[in-house]
Amino acid sequence: MLNPVFPSRLAGLVERLPATPPSLAFCALANRALWPALQALDWQPLVGRRYAIRVSDLGLRLGFTVSRSGFAPDRGAPDLVITASAGDFLLLIGRREDPDTLFFSRRLVSEGDTELGLVVKNLLDALEPASVLRQLPAPVARAAERWLAR
Amino acid sequence: MPLELICPAGSLVALKAAVDHGADAVYMGFRDNTNARAFPGLNFDEAQAAEGLRYAHDRGRKVLLALNTYPQPDSWQRWTGAVDRAAKLGMDAVILADPGLMRYAVRHHPQLRLHLSVQGSATSYEAVNFYREHFGIRRAVLPRVLSLPQVENVVRHTDVEIELFGFGGLCVMVEGRCLLSSYCTGESPNSAGVCSPAKAVQWKDTPAGLESRLNGVLLDRYGKGEKAGYPTLCKGRFEVGGETYYAIEEPTSLNTLDLLPEMQKLGIAAVKIEGRQRSPAYVAQVTRVWRAAIDAVKRNAEAFTPTPAWQAELDKLSEGQSHTLGAYHRPWK
Repeated sequence: MLNPVFPSRLAGLVERLPATPPSLAFCALANRALWPALQALDWQPLVGRRYAIRVSDLGLRLGFTVSRSGFAPDRGAPDLVITASAGDFLLLIGRREDPDTLFFSRRLVSEGDTELGLVVKNLLDALEPASVLRQLPAPVARAAERWLAR
Repeated sequence: MPLELICPAGSLVALKAAVDHGADAVYMGFRDNTNARAFPGLNFDEAQAAEGLRYAHDRGRKVLLALNTYPQPDSWQRWTGAVDRAAKLGMDAVILADPGLMRYAVRHHPQLRLHLSVQGSATSYEAVNFYREHFGIRRAVLPRVLSLPQVENVVRHTDVEIELFGFGGLCVMVEGRCLLSSYCTGESPNSAGVCSPAKAVQWKDTPAGLESRLNGVLLDRYGKGEKAGYPTLCKGRFEVGGETYYAIEEPTSLNTLDLLPEMQKLGIAAVKIEGRQRSPAYVAQVTRVWRAAIDAVKRNAEAFTPTPAWQAELDKLSEGQSHTLGAYHRPWK
């Protein structure tokens, strides 16, 4: 079921590059906001797998892996790649749109291990917004709450 | 007769979304193959189910447990254990398909309310009344194969409450007994609790289009901009007689908003929304629209017309290209 999405020679080259600042920033934020909230759920299936989030319109690629202690930047060939525009990622984060809806209309692309994709989707769906917001600095959490309640 | 709105939940967050947006009852499954949405990471463990029940009951709503797969001989205890847990948790009803499990429930938990699942495939009042006489079922969910006059005939000849599907994915008219998934993967909905298990599904972008495969079998190839559907064998496009088309079923969603006044007139007890595998965002959107529509029908059924905004919102959530009234509406009949 594992479908490496990058040709292995290219992946080998990419692996030798240092982790990019966006991936570092993403992991720092995920460790602060997501990781504590995930502890209430069954996060073990995420461990040891490699992920890439591609923000198509920004040309941004966030590569990371998950260990028993949290998120870490990673340049390896991902098991799962999720691609969407920045706007659609915001709609998903804000729970304005259902991932299946975006997937049916081809705005969200999931490549690689389908089962892992489903695990990630269902874990994110099961996250209580309050449990994530609680981890953020109060002014950021308040702004996010206002945005979510729009 | 109250027309209840029954909404799906695959997580506690989705359950809260359903309750907050006006569901009269929410249905859920436990985290195993005792229900027909056994996807990884979906559904409720016992603590989450208890919290969901508390949340719904505090707000005067009900929670129903889908126990709608068929117990396998080597793991019968998993299903009876689920019935025991449902009773202990205080579920408002369990939705069962297997007569053996119904007998177990009646013997061990006589106070537990039983609903006949759509997977039970009872299409006639004789079948519904059989379940009533033998197991005391209080409600039956009718398969999506009957026209409205046929539904009316069932309603007229039974005192069992009738629940109909109102919105969501359709399957090939045999409601879980279909063997297509098992033909490809060895797992069928009624035994493994999932049609097209995720571990057997592959999506791949190719120069010819986005391909979906089930255990290597090509199901469909979507051209650029073409709407995709769930990777199920029944909704794939196949070459038959030199033509490539939806040879079994088109991927459309059921949407019966138009029929709500007739459903109310027939005395339908509840309308069910499909989609426990969908996200809280879907649950919130669909529940909001259907709540508004049911309230409008209750206020004035004669003047009821679904608003274009409701239809647009539901269309957006649909699988495939369009929605359909399904078998309910058969103008040639």
